[in-house]
Amino acid sequence: MSTNIGSSLFTLSESHEMLRKTCRDFADRELKPIAAKLDKTHEYPTDIVKKLGDLGLMCVEVDEELGGSGLDSLAYAIAMEEISRGCASCGVIMSVNNSLYLGPITKYGNKQQHEQFVKPFLNGERVGCFALSEPGNGSDAGAASTIVKEHNKTNYIMNGTKAWITNGYEAEATVVFATTDKSLKHKGISAFIVKKPTDGLSLGKKEDKLGIKASSTCNLIFEDCIVPKENLLGKQGDGFKIAMATLDSGRIGIAAQALGIAQAALECALDYARKREVFGKQLTQLQAIQMKLADMEVRLQSARLLTWKAASLKSQGESYTKFAAMAKLAASECATFNAHQAIQILGGMGYVSDMPAERHYRDARITEIYEGTSEIQRLVIAGNLIKEYSATNA
Amino acid sequence: MAIRILVGVKRAIDYAVKVQVKTDKSGVVTEGVKHSMNPFDEIAVEEAIRLKEKKVAQEVIALSCGPAQCQETLRTALALGADRAIHVEVTGKDYEMLQPLAISKLIAAVAKKENVDLVLLGKLAIDDDSNQTGQMVAGLLSWPQAVFASKVDIKDKTAEVMREIDGGSETLRVKLPAVITSDLRLNQPRFANLPSIQKAKKKPMAKMSPKDLGVDIKPHQEYLSYEEPPKRQGGGRVANVDELISKLKEKGLI
Repeated sequence: MSTNIGSSLFTLSESHEMLRKTCRDFADRELKPIAAKLDKTHEYPTDIVKKLGDLGLMCVEVDEELGGSGLDSLAYAIAMEEISRGCASCGVIMSVNNSLYLGPITKYGNKQQHEQFVKPFLNGERVGCFALSEPGNGSDAGAASTIVKEHNKTNYIMNGTKAWITNGYEAEATVVFATTDKSLKHKGISAFIVKKPTDGLSLGKKEDKLGIKASSTCNLIFEDCIVPKENLLGKQGDGFKIAMATLDSGRIGIAAQALGIAQAALECALDYARKREVFGKQLTQLQAIQMKLADMEVRLQSARLLTWKAASLKSQGESYTKFAAMAKLAASECATFNAHQAIQILGGMGYVSDMPAERHYRDARITEIYEGTSEIQRLVIAGNLIKEYSATNA
Repeated sequence: MAIRILVGVKRAIDYAVKVQVKTDKSGVVTEGVKHSMNPFDEIAVEEAIRLKEKKVAQEVIALSCGPAQCQETLRTALALGADRAIHVEVTGKDYEMLQPLAISKLIAAVAKKENVDLVLLGKLAIDDDSNQTGQMVAGLLSWPQAVFASKVDIKDKTAEVMREIDGGSETLRVKLPAVITSDLRLNQPRFANLPSIQKAKKKPMAKMSPKDLGVDIKPHQEYLSYEEPPKRQGGGRVANVDELISKLKEKGLI
């Protein structure tokens, strides 16, 4: 895996630029034309996921020795933004497989687990998912109530329900977080890999969401589910740490997804504003519209710089938690802002499905919620900021 | 024996761009405008790579003539599967005045130098729509040509090529070495995948000048002016068939 990005924050290296172009061409040709249909039919884009796999986009940061694309975090962020600009649902399917599923297993898994749960999940034929949230706790991840107990010499037995699981329906394996001892609070949580389908694991109904409709979201219900002991991921009690580290990385992906939605919304608004004439002028000549476009662009470029900085810190092996949280916060709030303003600029046309603005509005909204709400991001940022300041100031 | 292929790729204004004529009518605006590989050249590259995958070809060399930015186009060809690239550098005014005959001479020189069995080109470039280069390369080399190819089969140093022609299609059999140009229906080009983009960085790219190839690229034509096509006029409505017929007669159309 390359730690030398060869790009400054301000210009991309040639290979990053080529990657960006490939992903953009793919998104323009294959995703943009079907995104509205996928949104209407809620259809999981099996063929598209395979094509993303063929391009190497379902395993961007996985080492080449394991069969992955072996690229850096910046490449991942660029790919995520371009794909999401075409179709936000495809973006989240890609993000969950990359960051939330392959991420922890490649980092904390052993050779056996790499063979069984990484290698078959690289080319888009199978996807994985990540089960942390529960009906009783999302932000309060340490309060996990899914219980795992020793069943016999070779197996655990798991009981509980996980909620809001993206790729829940299509995934053929999941990373699950469960506690062996609730009294230990977050220190009692361990991470496991559970194959799907498996006896004792059933799925809740597919959630009927406001946006990213082509990706499936559902509950995972564990009822006396047998989990082989060899499927423990990392060490017992390390689950919370693994989850937090995984989410740090996932936030770069989701930030990039939000950037893609924000960019698409801005382009939709610009395109319309150039063509629409009112009061004898094009919309782009009216100051009220110019103010909006300027605000959208500033927020977008700022969020993009934060995202690339977080990716660059990660690739250099440095601590990137604060920047990942900042990137996710800025990008998601930018996505909702841009989508909101895009509808406003389009007026009535922004409210109907003939134009993509309303779909961007609905797709954007979740980015402020999943993988850490905006409120949680602020806690993370403040916590890190205070710690950094206190470390160098008496 | 597996053949060796030379594929020409041109860096042209992207198909999606709204081209604007310069205010002094001396050309079109290219500064800051998005450029990409000529779409017909993408099809040519794809065909060359497929021939390599079928083990009909053993080596694919990508060639581009122009300024430094052509190297991006060549890197794309490498990322799609070409083995090495050759950049014939032509810059500034020389490049502005570079015309199909000069390019054909350059391609022919490289084809001879590299001793290839097949030259694959796009049938035309979407900026000038010349549709001359492939034909002239064949003429300069005294090689057979099969242009507007929609299907190519190569066996035993012979190419069977189905060509798109006005009346439908015709199939030609040409002995290699030959020149083939790609038409739209020849294939659907692939996207470069991430591992290939990475590998492309390490593939060799040679640079040379027209002088190195002994080619004089002086232009033989002077472009006098460029103009936009006439603006589309609105249509009109007619009340009934009789009026339609009289209007058509008026315009001298029937």
